[in-house]
Amino acid sequence: MALEREKHIAERALLTMTETQLLDLYRRMVLIRRFEDKVAEMYSRGKITGFCHLYAGEEAVAVGAISALYDKDYVVSTYREHGHCLAKGSSPRAVMAELFGKATGLSRGHGGSMHLFDGELRFMGGYAIVGGGLPLAAGLGLAVRYKEEPQVVCCFFGDGALPQGAFHEALNMASLWKLPVIFICENNFYGMGTLVQNAICQEELYKFAEPYKMPGVRVDGMDVLAVHAATLEAAARAREGEGPSLIEAMTYRFRGHSMSDPAEYRSKREERIWQERDPIKHLRRKLIQDGRANDARLAAIDNEVAAVIDDAVKFAEESPEPALDTLGKYVYIDADGAE
Amino acid sequence: MAQITYREALNQALREELDRDERVFIMGEEVGYFGGAFKVTDGLLAVYGEKRVRDTPIAELTIAGAGVGAAMGGLKPIVELMTINFGLLAMDQIVNHAAKIHYMFGGRAKVPLVIRAPQGAGHQLGAQHSQSLEAYFLHCPGLLVAIPATPADAKGLLKSCIRQDNPVIFLEHESLYGVKGDVPEGEYLTPLGQASVLREGKDITIVSYSKCVYDAVAAAEALENEGVDAEVIDLRTLNPLDTATVVESVRKTGKAMVVYEGWRTGGAGAEIAAQIYEAAFDHLDAPVERVATLDTPIPYNARLEKAALPGAADIVKVAERMV
Ligand SMILES: Cc1ncc(C[n+]2csc(CCOP(=O)(O)OP(=O)(O)O)c2C)c(N)n1
Ligand SMILES: [Mg+2]
Repeated sequence: MALEREKHIAERALLTMTETQLLDLYRRMVLIRRFEDKVAEMYSRGKITGFCHLYAGEEAVAVGAISALYDKDYVVSTYREHGHCLAKGSSPRAVMAELFGKATGLSRGHGGSMHLFDGELRFMGGYAIVGGGLPLAAGLGLAVRYKEEPQVVCCFFGDGALPQGAFHEALNMASLWKLPVIFICENNFYGMGTLVQNAICQEELYKFAEPYKMPGVRVDGMDVLAVHAATLEAAARAREGEGPSLIEAMTYRFRGHSMSDPAEYRSKREERIWQERDPIKHLRRKLIQDGRANDARLAAIDNEVAAVIDDAVKFAEESPEPALDTLGKYVYIDADGAE
Repeated sequence: MAQITYREALNQALREELDRDERVFIMGEEVGYFGGAFKVTDGLLAVYGEKRVRDTPIAELTIAGAGVGAAMGGLKPIVELMTINFGLLAMDQIVNHAAKIHYMFGGRAKVPLVIRAPQGAGHQLGAQHSQSLEAYFLHCPGLLVAIPATPADAKGLLKSCIRQDNPVIFLEHESLYGVKGDVPEGEYLTPLGQASVLREGKDITIVSYSKCVYDAVAAAEALENEGVDAEVIDLRTLNPLDTATVVESVRKTGKAMVVYEGWRTGGAGAEIAAQIYEAAFDHLDAPVERVATLDTPIPYNARLEKAALPGAADIVKVAERMV
């Protein structure tokens, strides 16, 4: 059983990681959770508008995977990308400001919640077309190989992307050309209101790796160490020139599909069961049990994060709106390179 | 006559056609249990069952393509694309297949398929979720394009589309679903290719369709206060295009403006303007104007988004310049 093997690897990761590394995982997950809680609050106050898809509950996937990468590695994401973007290291100020539609936002207020981009940190964008990111990830992988660089590309997408042709085309091409791509499917059991088994003939999604001749694993997406360990393996393989991998992370979104979805298609019982598996509480318990951190240390991190988020909101509130003349500004690049 | 919403009018049309013809069925993402992303198919699954209201995986190319195949197989599919933005993934099946089959097989095959899709901006959904793409379909021979503005036409056009045998792209505006209007109960068909003159006037012709029709009417009312008598035409379908009604109006007013939410460049307005020039050049006292979305992707920021989109104030400003 795939999950069992992954558990052992996760246990090993816990032993081999330094305290600093472990606390960093904790800090990044708490940052995402508190950020998303604050976004929900700001959304209900009308400060944030449009479509807004929160990542609460799934933090272990982004943090586990991205912590297994180097800074120069690439990340591609979906419209549910606040978590990936923050995990990659983007400034909470710039992310929040983008959600507020401000000029200081990552995409200068032109993108919004679904379209964050942080080129310097190689966060290559959130895309709102289901499956749209996978071909881009293959192309980034191609660029890396072309330039004979050591990077890998980590591509996040939902279970809902698997029925799309783009998923299959991208996996095939990446495998055929041995591109350094890690495909990470966040299986949260639903694509909007549709259960995975009503959308996909093979509900063990990692098995789609097999026909495309790449390794496929299913990991506990509520266990940051399990995701971390699986991503390390996939990244090592990709860097060796052996090609892509598919990781299926079993996870759960604690909120509805978007801010306007009350998630009536899920039972309260199901939600409770998954709440009990909260990835942050899970890591917290593990760290304390293993004597790797104490309550006071973790509480201090919680407080630091709360301050960071308050600061991000303040920054977003006080930032200016984009000037009206930026409306037509980023459509083309002039011959002299000007925007 | 009952006052119902555009959404309810569509729902009513679907029910009536499902009742009327066993071959009619609906498929698309979230159309069944969820009742449609915009709730247009709400309640249909409970009445008609999974055979006739079918939830699909997220796979637009094959949803549209399966619609084409099912139509060739003797059914009358109504495919819902969750929004037209995702319809771009289905372009191959729509343009290379649905639109070609009747012609390329010498008239021996047919594709009686209706593809419904919401479109439009105005809700800060950003560049990938806010497009109005009617021009892409208008450009392609073999596809009909219906684009109702009012609840009554939403019902009447949808029913007419379902009953004929060509592939149709049926475009609904996301901002119109909650709009209420008088809708005849029961059998009510709006003919394809017949524009409706919403307001008669003698000074200027404002040609529009979909959501912009409301802006055009509001602008016409504002212009009236300034002593400008504007005629407003809702095209209702872009293919077939009712050039005759437009030309007749322009012959009377001598001035024309086309108002639409697609991008200004290469939009339906260019085609309509060209047809006016071809048929009524001698009657024009001024160049035909286009009031449309600026040639930029739609930005997220509310103020920028609003500035990118055409509105009643823009129409008034252009009209004042023209008369
Ligand atoms: C091509 C395309 N079709 C449909 C949609 C509408 N849509 C947005 S999210 C979504 C569900 C995706 O689910 P999943 O991939 O599992 O991601 P999750 O939201 O669960 O993270 C759908 C159908 C879209 N954005 N793009
Ligand atoms: Mg999902």
